[in-house]
Amino acid sequence: MSKVEKKVNRRDFLFTASYTLGAVGVGAVLWPMIDQMNPDKAQQALATTEVDISSIEPGKSITVLWRGKPIFIKKRTSEEIAEARAVRLDDLPDPQKDEDRVKAGKDEWLVMLGVCTHLGCVPLKDKGDFNGWFCPCHGSHYDVSGRIRKGPAPTNMEIPKFEFVDSNTIKIG
Amino acid sequence: MSEHEYVPKSKAGKWFNDRLPLLTLGAHLTDYPTPKNLNYWWTFGGILTFCLITQIVTGIVLAMHYVAHADLAFASVEHIMRDVNYGWLIRYIHSNGASMFFLAVYIHIFRSLFYGSYKSPREVIWIIGLMIYLLMMAAAFMGYVLPWGQMSFWGATVITNLFSAIPLVGDSITTWLWGAYSVDNPTLNRFFSLHYLIPFLILGLVVLHIWALHVPGNNNPVGIDIKKPSKDTVPFHPYITIKDAFALLVFMIIFAGFVFFTPNVLGHSDNYIPANPLVTPAHIVPEWYLLPFYAILRSVPDKLGGVILMFSAIFILFVLPWLDTSKVRSAVFRPIYRQFFWILVIDVLMLGYVGAMPAEGIYLVLARVGTIYYFLHFIVVMPVVGYLEKTDPIPMSISEPVLTGGAEPSLARKVNDKV
Repeated sequence: MSKVEKKVNRRDFLFTASYTLGAVGVGAVLWPMIDQMNPDKAQQALATTEVDISSIEPGKSITVLWRGKPIFIKKRTSEEIAEARAVRLDDLPDPQKDEDRVKAGKDEWLVMLGVCTHLGCVPLKDKGDFNGWFCPCHGSHYDVSGRIRKGPAPTNMEIPKFEFVDSNTIKIG
Repeated sequence: MSEHEYVPKSKAGKWFNDRLPLLTLGAHLTDYPTPKNLNYWWTFGGILTFCLITQIVTGIVLAMHYVAHADLAFASVEHIMRDVNYGWLIRYIHSNGASMFFLAVYIHIFRSLFYGSYKSPREVIWIIGLMIYLLMMAAAFMGYVLPWGQMSFWGATVITNLFSAIPLVGDSITTWLWGAYSVDNPTLNRFFSLHYLIPFLILGLVVLHIWALHVPGNNNPVGIDIKKPSKDTVPFHPYITIKDAFALLVFMIIFAGFVFFTPNVLGHSDNYIPANPLVTPAHIVPEWYLLPFYAILRSVPDKLGGVILMFSAIFILFVLPWLDTSKVRSAVFRPIYRQFFWILVIDVLMLGYVGAMPAEGIYLVLARVGTIYYFLHFIVVMPVVGYLEKTDPIPMSISEPVLTGGAEPSLARKVNDKV
């Protein structure tokens, strides 16, 4: 009897084929149910924003909303740029040169996502131990380049995709 | 089920019961033999059932007036407070009801910890209870988001960002949860849908929780197995129903005290400011019942580590029945464990306190000490104490200490005898 059971017979094939087809069917129904929760077309349509930056004074910054998140646009003074570039990379938890966080030739413009990389709060400007931003939620300190220096945040504040349309306008996204 | 087969008296009752034995179920619940020494710590099961029904009824009513849209939600809650007839009362019952629900569930959980109700043969009751507790936290969190105030918005932001700590797929999961690139209208809409769903899932689990309870029967303050029915038991009705009803009345007085005299004391005033995605409130705190876990999250200087430790603090409770090596259930007969139990209570209260304070200086130190003890309690203290502890003699039956005026060693079994 046991010898007969071990043989692959037609019934085994039918079982395997049915389970496989069933799994494909369940998956085909499950995926739309899961994917419907991803950002819809209306949300994706808000993907770019153009900002006029002509009125920002050196040392000042503005905050604009992009995809529901704040974007910090700061026109840095030459001292601030010098300060950011004087930092040794060894002192950074997430080493990144200041040059890599701005567009070449437009070094005064720091454009970054104003979202703490810890748990998503909006850091306060001109606060903290490093002359940059400070997140009040769980105490992360960022420097004048938006790089994490102290606290629980794992990475520097993110630089979004952006470009200069002309000298007075940038397009984010 | 009761030993004897129940037969309805009326002909119609018999006809129906033969087709759907609901009357048999009713008879079982009425006669259900219950240990006669249950104290008031055992009344919180009934109180929790009341809390769940209160939340469902008030919630359904609130949903008739609430609008789940980012532009309208805040105003619709104010509309409930000012315009809807008795809207203020219904909303205050619902919002304070959440706090009362958690107050009762924490007492219920610590009662189980003290009297060893999670131990064999009641592990499944314990695990279903923890699943209910997890769903309660999810429901409470999503409910807190619905008024769309500053605390709603930023609480939702911080909690959903916990998932971004997951390596590789974290950001995709967070975006998927949001349905947008930040907490936004799609997030509010789905939270409302799920907030409405979860209480009914809880209701289903409550049925399983009680079903699983009725298989071995109640644990009791002495923690020994009892014969059912016997002189150690009383029928559930009227003995336990009347005791539960009295406790419930006292509980409702406290509940009403919050609702009518300090309805906002457990909330946060920042939630009366409409949500603003550009400004984070200076001091974000979750609701009081989540504070101990928040303290654990913040005690770790690493993002992923903090998130893992916070979730572990909850999930470690699921394996508790297998971490506790002691055969004796009730802490009444466990002189060493009893002291550690109270240290745990103080530890959790302290974590709750520092969770509400800024994460710096002495509070950070206390949070770290509290977190370390919390895990040591379950991973080290419970297995080791259960193994080494010399427990006090336990009585043969519930009646014995009453009839002989105390647990006389001559009458008592030693722990070494099979319990």
